[in-house]
Amino acid sequence: MDDRRLTTLARMQPGESGVVAQFRGGRGKAKRLNALGIVPGKRVTKVSSMLMRGPVTIEVDRVQVAIGFGMANRLIVDLG
Amino acid sequence: MRKILLYGNPNVGKSVIFSRLTGVRVTVSNYPGTTISYTRGFMKVGEEMVEVIDVPGAYTLEPTCEAEKIALQMLGTGDIVINVVNAINLERNLYLTLQLLEKNIPVIVALNLWDDTRHRGIHIDLDKLRGLLGVPAVPTVALTGEGIKELVETIPRATSPSLSARSSSERWATVGNIIDQVQRITHRHHTRIERLEDASVKPLTGGLIAAVVLVIAFLVIRLIGESLIGYVFDPLFDNLWAPVVLNLSHLMGGGGFLHDIVVGSAIGGQIDFVSSFGLLTSGLYVPFAMVLPYIISFYLVLGLLEDIGYLPRLAILLDTFMHRLGLHGYAIIPTLLGFGCNVPAVMATRILESKRERFIAATLVSVAVPCAALQAMIFGLVGQQGGQYVAIVYGTLFIVWIILGVILNRTLRGFSPELLIEVPPYRLPVGRAVLQKLLMRIRGFLKEAIPIILGAVVVINMLYYFGVFDAIASFTAPVVTTLLGLPKEAVTALLVGFLRKDVAMGMLAPLALSANQLVVGSVVLAMFFPCIATFVVFIRELGVMNTLKAAGIMIAGALLTGGILNLIL
Repeated sequence: MDDRRLTTLARMQPGESGVVAQFRGGRGKAKRLNALGIVPGKRVTKVSSMLMRGPVTIEVDRVQVAIGFGMANRLIVDLG
Repeated sequence: MRKILLYGNPNVGKSVIFSRLTGVRVTVSNYPGTTISYTRGFMKVGEEMVEVIDVPGAYTLEPTCEAEKIALQMLGTGDIVINVVNAINLERNLYLTLQLLEKNIPVIVALNLWDDTRHRGIHIDLDKLRGLLGVPAVPTVALTGEGIKELVETIPRATSPSLSARSSSERWATVGNIIDQVQRITHRHHTRIERLEDASVKPLTGGLIAAVVLVIAFLVIRLIGESLIGYVFDPLFDNLWAPVVLNLSHLMGGGGFLHDIVVGSAIGGQIDFVSSFGLLTSGLYVPFAMVLPYIISFYLVLGLLEDIGYLPRLAILLDTFMHRLGLHGYAIIPTLLGFGCNVPAVMATRILESKRERFIAATLVSVAVPCAALQAMIFGLVGQQGGQYVAIVYGTLFIVWIILGVILNRTLRGFSPELLIEVPPYRLPVGRAVLQKLLMRIRGFLKEAIPIILGAVVVINMLYYFGVFDAIASFTAPVVTTLLGLPKEAVTALLVGFLRKDVAMGMLAPLALSANQLVVGSVVLAMFFPCIATFVVFIRELGVMNTLKAAGIMIAGALLTGGILNLIL
């Protein structure tokens, strides 16, 4: 329908960068992400992820943030 | 008296600025959540004395955790806000700034870590920022003190623009707008330190780095602790203090009630600093020559790891594993603090989001994480029998930690929240700051421990003298001797463990226990009950009901583990 390439933060490769499109999770978690500035429209770069559904580390505005796998799995990112 | 409140995101240097303003020393580390409750101090603004409060870090005034709830509650109590922001990450920090500007309170902004902006290629148009925010903004470098004078001079000019309240997305849009106008980034390459940061959170390299860091940390703690004992404290006690005590002992007639309290009982006609149990023998030797060296070495190494910013990386690496215990990775921070002292560890569980998580973390720390004082005594007494016995004590506690965590995770209702933490950049520790924090913690230990230890020695001697312990010992003998395989006198040590675990461990020394009995004694003592200081903090932090629940788990767990050890050893 459009040329957006949507994926989740969990599925992104280390080094890949994209723009946050949406968070498909509960209100409480959305609020915590929001407080850390991880909001729709924000560019994020994936640094790494741990094995066995471990946390994902991203860089957002020159700061690194570690996000649990469940949340990373619900964070939709547009690779553009 | 007017009140100034320091607000800002976690780990932006509020506490360093607080120290600079008030001269009050507070614990400062390089990870979010170091300040878990507020600290107050005083400073002069012009001729006026004002109170300054270091508020726990908050990303938002719509609270998402305990610290942010406290931060929101405190806002109503203040007259002026100094909003400390991280100049290298204005994008996120300004969100809280806008929320503060919506409240009816005068604000000034301190742009901290200003020196970092230059070598990170960040250019900020200060005048434009001041204009857009409508409040004064001062660049500062709290660690060196740069800009603090200007900050103080600006306090009287704090104003409240009283912006109208907006929704979260409107606020982020405004932040984006401001950033577009005031901030310019010039591109630059990854530095070596940034490559090390990235390597620390990748599975393979991160695991290797963690293993190296932990092994080195352990070896350095051992080396410094042992060296301090062997080359400093033991010679001092043996060569200088022993003759003084011996003379005193002769003067006091070599025995009697008072003699036993002051000097202690002679062991085989000799003064034994561990076993004699007098005020001037064990009462001083245990805290100064056995425990203090390890307090120094442990807190030195912990302080370095804290200030470098390594601990949040460890949290990321251990997250998956910690979820099996009903916790997430960040719980490793209270756990590591617990190896120093369980009191700050139980308090530090505030950085965890849910009540359930806090209960699990605090219980696991109280049960299975021996504090530095107890560990020093374990190394000193059990270590004499051979390193393998020390290993059995630690191995047992580690297994208990895992099994109990899994059980609590399966039986307690609810689930463990997910990890979501900011990972601070690596920083080179500043020597002076590391030493200052170390001295603070040493002073804290001496102030808390010495009076209790000396008091305990007196009380123990009196209870012995009046035969109270013998009565208790015979009463509880079946449990202690049959189940744990310890002599019935050991029960007094377990009881004293409620006051202080190092003293209690010292009471096991004169009982001539076998190596296996010492192992059982150490493990049971570690698990049985928290010391009184931890107990009080546990009640304050988690309530009476939870404390009773945890205490039940401790007693049952200690007897069960001790019984099993007694069977298989």
